[in-house]
Amino acid sequence: MAATAYERPPSIAAEAPAVADKLRGIWATEPGFTGWLASVDHKEIGIRYIVTAFAFLVAGGVEALLFRLQLSWSNLGLLTPEQYDQLFTMHGMTMIFLYAGPILSGFSNYLWPLLLGARDMALPRLNAASYWVYLCAGVFLYASFAIGFGPNVGWFNYVPLAARAYNNGPNIDMYALGMVLLGISTTIGAINFIVTFLRLRAPGMSVNRVPILVWGTLTASAANIFAIPAVSLAFFLLWMDRNLGTHFFDTGANGSAVLWQHLFWMFGHPWVYAIVLPAMGMVSDGLPVFCRRPLVGYTAVALATIATMVLGFGVWVHHMFATGLPNVSLSFFSAASIIIALPSAVGVFAWLATIWTGRPVFATPFLFFASFIILFVIGGVSGYMTGSVPVDWQLTDTYFVVAHLHYVLIGINVFPVVGGTYFWFPKMTGRMMDERLGRWNFWTMFIGFNLGFFPMHISGLLGMPRRIYTYGDGMGWDWLNLITTLGTAIFGIGVLIFLWNVIRSMRHGQTAGPNPWDAPTLEWSTPSPPPPYNFAVIPVVASRHPLWEDRLGEDAERSHVGTGLVLEHGRETLGTTPVDADPNVILKMPADTLVPLWLALSMTIVAVGLALVSWWVIVVGGACTAASILAWLWPQATLGETADLPPEEATHA
Amino acid sequence: MRAIPSVLAMVPLVATTSAAAPLRYLSGAGEKASPVVGLTWGVLLISLIVIAVIGVLLAGAIWRRPGQAWIKDSPGTLLQQGSGLDWLWIGVGISTFVLLITVVWTVRVLAQVQSPPVKPAVTIEVTGRQWWWQVRYLSDDAAREFTTANEIHIPAGVPVRMRLVGGDVIHSFWVPQLAGKMDAIPGQTNETWIEAAAPGVYRGQCTEYCGLQHAHMGMLVIAQSESDFRKWWSHQLTAPAEGSGKTAAGEQVFQMHCGSCHAIRGTDAAGAAGPDLSHLMERSTIAAATLPNTPANLARWVADPQSLKPGSQMPAPSLSGSDLKDVGDYLRTLD
Repeated sequence: MAATAYERPPSIAAEAPAVADKLRGIWATEPGFTGWLASVDHKEIGIRYIVTAFAFLVAGGVEALLFRLQLSWSNLGLLTPEQYDQLFTMHGMTMIFLYAGPILSGFSNYLWPLLLGARDMALPRLNAASYWVYLCAGVFLYASFAIGFGPNVGWFNYVPLAARAYNNGPNIDMYALGMVLLGISTTIGAINFIVTFLRLRAPGMSVNRVPILVWGTLTASAANIFAIPAVSLAFFLLWMDRNLGTHFFDTGANGSAVLWQHLFWMFGHPWVYAIVLPAMGMVSDGLPVFCRRPLVGYTAVALATIATMVLGFGVWVHHMFATGLPNVSLSFFSAASIIIALPSAVGVFAWLATIWTGRPVFATPFLFFASFIILFVIGGVSGYMTGSVPVDWQLTDTYFVVAHLHYVLIGINVFPVVGGTYFWFPKMTGRMMDERLGRWNFWTMFIGFNLGFFPMHISGLLGMPRRIYTYGDGMGWDWLNLITTLGTAIFGIGVLIFLWNVIRSMRHGQTAGPNPWDAPTLEWSTPSPPPPYNFAVIPVVASRHPLWEDRLGEDAERSHVGTGLVLEHGRETLGTTPVDADPNVILKMPADTLVPLWLALSMTIVAVGLALVSWWVIVVGGACTAASILAWLWPQATLGETADLPPEEATHA
Repeated sequence: MRAIPSVLAMVPLVATTSAAAPLRYLSGAGEKASPVVGLTWGVLLISLIVIAVIGVLLAGAIWRRPGQAWIKDSPGTLLQQGSGLDWLWIGVGISTFVLLITVVWTVRVLAQVQSPPVKPAVTIEVTGRQWWWQVRYLSDDAAREFTTANEIHIPAGVPVRMRLVGGDVIHSFWVPQLAGKMDAIPGQTNETWIEAAAPGVYRGQCTEYCGLQHAHMGMLVIAQSESDFRKWWSHQLTAPAEGSGKTAAGEQVFQMHCGSCHAIRGTDAAGAAGPDLSHLMERSTIAAATLPNTPANLARWVADPQSLKPGSQMPAPSLSGSDLKDVGDYLRTLD
């Protein structure tokens, strides 16, 4: 059996230039456009995710500013109701689905193998496919908006308003199918994170030594595997109702309108946690670096992350407290929605204690991470208020909830992400971001955000309903809305300063060494930016802080970074056991390929066919999809999938 | 930390605007709303205290003993891994206590407002329609039932049962001074109750997004003394006063052009697609509490509903100027 030829004890050595050169030859992406398209390098994919997600953030922000102008005073006529409805729907859909989730996938994709001491994600081609499908889904979701028929019934897309009887255009079909497509991207991305966590941690990185960001993304990924089928199913049933005459949500034929809400929020609420937990992980890992000490309560924070997600599956009904559910059900979901604050409290006090017992350095990432704590608390307590059913009957569907969700999503997602960009930008590009601009960036965003979104609590308490395109002058909301519009504009300027800083620093930033922040985790042991193969030798880990061990004075044995397993027979990385991370297999990794791109495009053709209800297009797309999968699965010698040895192995054997 | 000054800055703003905000709910006006007002203030104050405490701790943590100005590239000094776990025990311990109290308080208030203290004598069926409210007063005696729109009269001081029906898409019935929201969902009937402690006019609004004119789907609840309410009900059962010769032309135009959607008791106009207009002039607003019911507004609305409420189901009628005037004259007799 040729397969036995793959079994070999790898040598252990220090990094050597000759090995590095050889690895570069093996792992580097081909130059040129085709090479770029074919890349399966997690760093490349991660950056693509981040750039694309920021582009959607800007699009969603412009949409928001347009309708904020319309709302800045009573009875304005800058937008028609239809334009307003499309804009607020696109804004929500863009921010929640095309920005907030993917941006974290981007950071995690870039960082995971570096944090874990691996050379790539476990399934690199799947990783590329996940990105391409995301991009295609994003373009698909924007296509109907571009031709003037954007979805217009809110990102939550309630039936019957989204049914054919009330919405006859292509908009809802495009939204439904785009969401199914995006669900595929998220699902395969989630599978990749889970497998990578289980198999690709460096030797010695037992589960109690992984960075919290990894816990955050892992937990979110596990949740997505369970949550996304609900929403994909809901959207597909809706497409069938609209196009094939089924009656799942048709109340005129004994279908149920409330069924949609259950399916949507069974996904929707776990998704909210999925788009904040990895960002909270970024803070848990980044904040201690600027406090010059390890995170307080690592185990508690990791367990709280998981507890949040588990409880997060039991609170979806708090989006439906006014739908006429029985009291027992209301009491249960109300209690769960209040108690879910507990794991959040664990995080808050751990971060506070880390700063309190540390010696904070006021660099820009610290400003974002520290301010995140108070924004999280404000968003958290308003969530606690809405968890109480009788209170929620008043608060729900008012601007109080708009304030709440923006404190949650901007406070817990955008602030850590921007702080995380300042923190990891030197790793990604080899250059520091400008600190002076960073301070301007922080203060405009922080002041603009609070000025814009805090008054929404009050307009909500004064009864302003959500999703109204205008309001009368006797309602008492004019000044608050004017302040809100002004604040959001300032916040927008802050985002522009941030983007300007990114663009400027790519060229002109101060050169960064491997570890400009003197941070403790493995990514900082690689050059900035890291080489295509990440680690010349696979490190061996003995603690949570491989680069801080000597200075923390812990008695434990030492990690080995720069000396470790040499794997240079083709594309290889090390597989380890799921819990203790004992090395047990050399994994053959796939080379760059265009097949993931073909697969994404093929599936998009199917979606186009479904949108047009054109069976020909569907068949063509389906055939292309099948062909792509066949090409993907075709056995390759370099992956050990055929009896032949690849040339590389043959010379060594 | 910096949120606290901004909270304080908002206080005068709230004070000046809340008096003029008809949809506010930090004060209540009846048995259904009042217990919830207490709970709302309770959790609001707890929330503000939490923000203040965490804000102070965070500010203290940040400025207690700042470290060096910048992190050096070379290995710098680190703090020994001192514990900070006390923070978690104390912080999470207090949080648990507060959260459990909130759960108990919530469940108690929920039980308290679930059903009215006495059996309601009046049941009103409200159907949410794009974008107005159809209101039907139910009675054991079919002859005493009638339909009206957008302005709901109730007797003050007693609970009133509301049956909520989704007429097309989902709407949500909300009169914040009297009760929290309850959705009107097609395919199911939700029941709730409201009570106004004293006579008065309470504004309501649809709060489930329902399409183009969701913004203009208001309503009024008019609480009256028991005797005034009975009088009003009886009056509603009558047909509006017979038109004089002057309004006969307008009535005819109405039958021709408006009667297939609108009903007026005692006439051939019996449409059910739009609001029942019997006794229209008793209402203080038109177009689902969008405009005050003045002769000028009424004329504008009939002539060009689409510019006042774009997307409204009421089409612009193809009426000549004199027809419009006649219809207006006729409508103004409906009291």
